[in-house]
Amino acid sequence: MKNDLIKPQGLVKDANRRKFLQKGSLSIAAAGLFMVGCNDEDDYMPPMKEGVMLGSGDIGILNYAYALEQLEAAFYATVLQGDYFANASSEEKQIMEDLEKHERAHKEFFKAALGNSAIADLEVDFSAIDFNNRMSVLSAAKTFEDLGVAAYNGAGKFIQDAGYLLIAGKIVSVEARHAAAIRDLLNPGSVDFAGDDLIDSNGLERTLSFSEVLSAASTYVTTPIDFSQLPS
Amino acid sequence: MNLLKLLDKMCPDTQNSDQKELFFSRREAFHKFGDMSKKMAMAAVPLGILSALPKVAKADTESLIGVLNYALTLEHLEYRYYQMGLDAGVIEGADMAIFEKIRDHELAHVNFLTEVVGNVLGGTPVMEPGFDFTAGGNFSPFTDYPTFLALSQAFEDTGVRAYKGQAGNVMENDVVLTAALSIHSVEARHASMVRRLRTKKGHDSIKGWITEASIGTLPAATQAIYAGEDNVSHGGVDVTQLTGIDSAAVTEGWDEPLNKDQVLGIASLFLA
Repeated sequence: MKNDLIKPQGLVKDANRRKFLQKGSLSIAAAGLFMVGCNDEDDYMPPMKEGVMLGSGDIGILNYAYALEQLEAAFYATVLQGDYFANASSEEKQIMEDLEKHERAHKEFFKAALGNSAIADLEVDFSAIDFNNRMSVLSAAKTFEDLGVAAYNGAGKFIQDAGYLLIAGKIVSVEARHAAAIRDLLNPGSVDFAGDDLIDSNGLERTLSFSEVLSAASTYVTTPIDFSQLPS
Repeated sequence: MNLLKLLDKMCPDTQNSDQKELFFSRREAFHKFGDMSKKMAMAAVPLGILSALPKVAKADTESLIGVLNYALTLEHLEYRYYQMGLDAGVIEGADMAIFEKIRDHELAHVNFLTEVVGNVLGGTPVMEPGFDFTAGGNFSPFTDYPTFLALSQAFEDTGVRAYKGQAGNVMENDVVLTAALSIHSVEARHASMVRRLRTKKGHDSIKGWITEASIGTLPAATQAIYAGEDNVSHGGVDVTQLTGIDSAAVTEGWDEPLNKDQVLGIASLFLA
């Protein structure tokens, strides 16, 4: 299912395209097509996919969060249109409606907070998810929520401004609450809500790096995301 | 005994300036060590960290030890609460695994923070205080399961707010910040599970996330745990003005911090 809810706005300048060919870009396939196109002007040239540059410093990290929130918001918006949701129990309907609102609120918050520094809308591709199938939707929700928690936890140390760190903290615990609920829907009454697949023997939840998170997200995001300027 | 005084007494005051300088640096210096927290997490006892950290000093070791001892106090409280609940047999059979898992995490947090304070930072880990989970005879958590669940929720939601409130105080140390964040999200997972469990059992109608500043059916004494959770403005942005999303849902989407005095005020109800 191709998602048309959000479309790229093509705000990225040409200068940024070159960056996609460099380290830190996820658009390896797109870059390859671009180079082929350059070698022979008579060949069909596939439309260039406009990418986004997250930027550097705290702005870059906020854009990173904004990208993830865009993905989550688009996902739940699509969930609400599918047959799984239409036929779900009242409890699951409530949870999906809540999560759609929370993620949309997060997304709109970052967009407003970033102002002119905000990346463009990302194009998403949820064709790997069957929105009519409960297991498919809940498994994807689990992936997105767990990924969000690990992303915020991993990015925290790079945030320079205490105010931004607090805002990230306010959001990450809600993502963790979501993740626990989704995991409990998948395996009710089990210990999966805080499973050993995520939490180590010191009781610490996993963290993921920028590249680990964006690699995982790239399954669902077709817009190339250049994160090469993020702190490391 | 007043917990604030207790903590002040236990807060290590013995650091000489060399020791203070050992574990701190500007954040950039820490970055050189890559994902230290991951290495730390893999080692049961993170002793190796000591020699790995740069000897460039800026920040205040004492302050960091103070924050971690404060966190350790809360973890002592949580661990003891669950252990006593498990020992008392108050937990329904179907929920045993859930609370054993939560107990395991709280014990792991106690051990982890004890090691970091004692062996990594060279401080004195705070000892477990004496607890009175009846709060002076007002609650019966170890004979009444609904009460056990209610206080569990209260402790978990408090824990989330407490860690959140300290993030800015440990941010100069990447290792400690990352560890604190990684505990914080685990507490949030616990909170979500216990909240939903209470609703599933018909004790309450709350969700895994906190709506407005509602205490639901918790005793009035828990009001301070949810005070301020109805905030809709973050970084100067009033989120209710951005979207058509109802204000209640906006409050659910952001958890709020509590400072140390606020948390210790809550915890002091349960000190022997």
